Amino acid sequence: MNIGKQLKEGLITQNPVLVQLLGMCSTLAITTTISNGIGMGLSVTAILTLSNVFISLLRKIIPEQIRIASYIVVIAGFVTMVDLLLQAYQPDIAESLGVFIPLIVVNCIILARAESFASKNKVLPAAVDGICQGLGYTVVLVVMSAIRELLGSGSLAGARVFPADYAATMMALPVGGFLTLGALIALMQWIQNKAKGGK
Amino acid sequence: MNYKELNLIGSSSPHLRTKDSAAHIMGEVLIAMVPALGFAVYNFGWRALANTLVSAAGCVFFEWLYRVLLRKNCTVGDLSAAVTGVLIAFVCPVTIPYWILLIGDFFAIVVVKQLFGGVGKNFLNPALAARAFMLSWAGEMTTWVGPRSAPPLWTTLFPGTVADAVTYPTPMALLHENNLAGLQQMYDLPKMLVGLIGGCVGEVSALMLLIGGAFLILRKVITWYIPASYIGSVALLTFLFPRGNDPLMWMLYNLLGGGLMLGAFFMATDYVTSPVSHKGQVIFGVGCGLITVFIRYFGSYNEGVCYAILVMNLMVWLIDKNVRPSRFGVPKVKKAPKAEKKEVDGK
Repeated sequence: MNIGKQLKEGLITQNPVLVQLLGMCSTLAITTTISNGIGMGLSVTAILTLSNVFISLLRKIIPEQIRIASYIVVIAGFVTMVDLLLQAYQPDIAESLGVFIPLIVVNCIILARAESFASKNKVLPAAVDGICQGLGYTVVLVVMSAIRELLGSGSLAGARVFPADYAATMMALPVGGFLTLGALIALMQWIQNKAKGGK
Repeated sequence: MNYKELNLIGSSSPHLRTKDSAAHIMGEVLIAMVPALGFAVYNFGWRALANTLVSAAGCVFFEWLYRVLLRKNCTVGDLSAAVTGVLIAFVCPVTIPYWILLIGDFFAIVVVKQLFGGVGKNFLNPALAARAFMLSWAGEMTTWVGPRSAPPLWTTLFPGTVADAVTYPTPMALLHENNLAGLQQMYDLPKMLVGLIGGCVGEVSALMLLIGGAFLILRKVITWYIPASYIGSVALLTFLFPRGNDPLMWMLYNLLGGGLMLGAFFMATDYVTSPVSHKGQVIFGVGCGLITVFIRYFGSYNEGVCYAILVMNLMVWLIDKNVRPSRFGVPKVKKAPKAEKKEVDGK
């Protein structure tokens, strides 16, 4: 087990959003404010870690033919728990994330990690994988939502940076999501190419 | 005979070249926009000229900056950035603050054009994409002043003074409310043709734009396929499906109001974002016309030219892929006969 390698994969070389291009729907939809980004990122990280652990535990019991359905049942269980917890303790975030918390059930990052990692590895590496991939997702979400919140509504984490009259509202609309995501993916490719060329 | 004594230069074709270059063509486009700009100054005051100069300078500056920062060869000399800048100023109201123009310039040049590889590689018309982005500031982008209502020379050049400008309905706003009678009362047909109306800086004078367009066609910078099919399809649709009981007037006001002439001659004909073949260009023009009329009739926006051209820009690859001119001397490939439909029992 190599935590450093898994962390590097989650954050950079196998970043779920910028390299694997998974979980696009929620990434584009909810990254309008930093609090949304953090809330969504941490929810996904928690669900991903827990479902990775459980699927890794059950990996010898789950029959090959119905594995996807079984994964979904496990994931849906944790999503329901997180959804209800958020509604109970963080009602503001739960309201602003809306349908995207229940939709984590079909978030392909979680299913992809279950299929490609948790079902083939022991519990501890699976848990670390969940945390690392979840962190990669969270970091991208926070960066994206910071850019979009700053340019789109002129504030950062709710604090006003410049008057809202000057903010480009397009950046808070879906257009801004696609523009920011495209720019970040390009930046990631550029960094990775630089790193390869440097060797 | 010794061929070496003949002093022939051995080279592959082409042997004859024209002096046409990107800079030459873009220069012609700039010349063609002068009448519309002149009329805009007459109609809206010197602020129209100031907007155009600021926007063109902004585009050239961003293009230069990007190319220098990324250590690429400088392409400012081909004038395409200047054309984009002028067009951006043309599709905005005269009261637009300069900083919004500069943000539009940045978006057009850096995001739409340079990030995709620079001149000739943009997949959207940079000026229209910038306009779509600048609608972020919807209030500033839809503050219209009336014709010939500009205060004296210098006061309009600085932001702040324009705040007193009264919001004024444009022809498109009245058409969108199906208020043709009110529009006819406000502007008669000659005013619509000459351009003594409210609207964006460069779009008001259909006559001057027609002169510019005719100049471009005569100089063979553009062909007539796109403008004719675009304007023709809008004319046909608005004539066949008028709102009100005067199809001819409805059609004429639809043709002369809004950005149709500007879009059809100066934006839809952009080489990079329009199809290659003539047949494809006609399809492109008709598509633009259809979407323009649909947005004007059923959309929440008054005017559909900007989005119509942007949407059709995105269809160009599809049109080019499916409309291929037949190759000379090659017999047409016969399509394989379709498999006969199987009889379905009991239909």
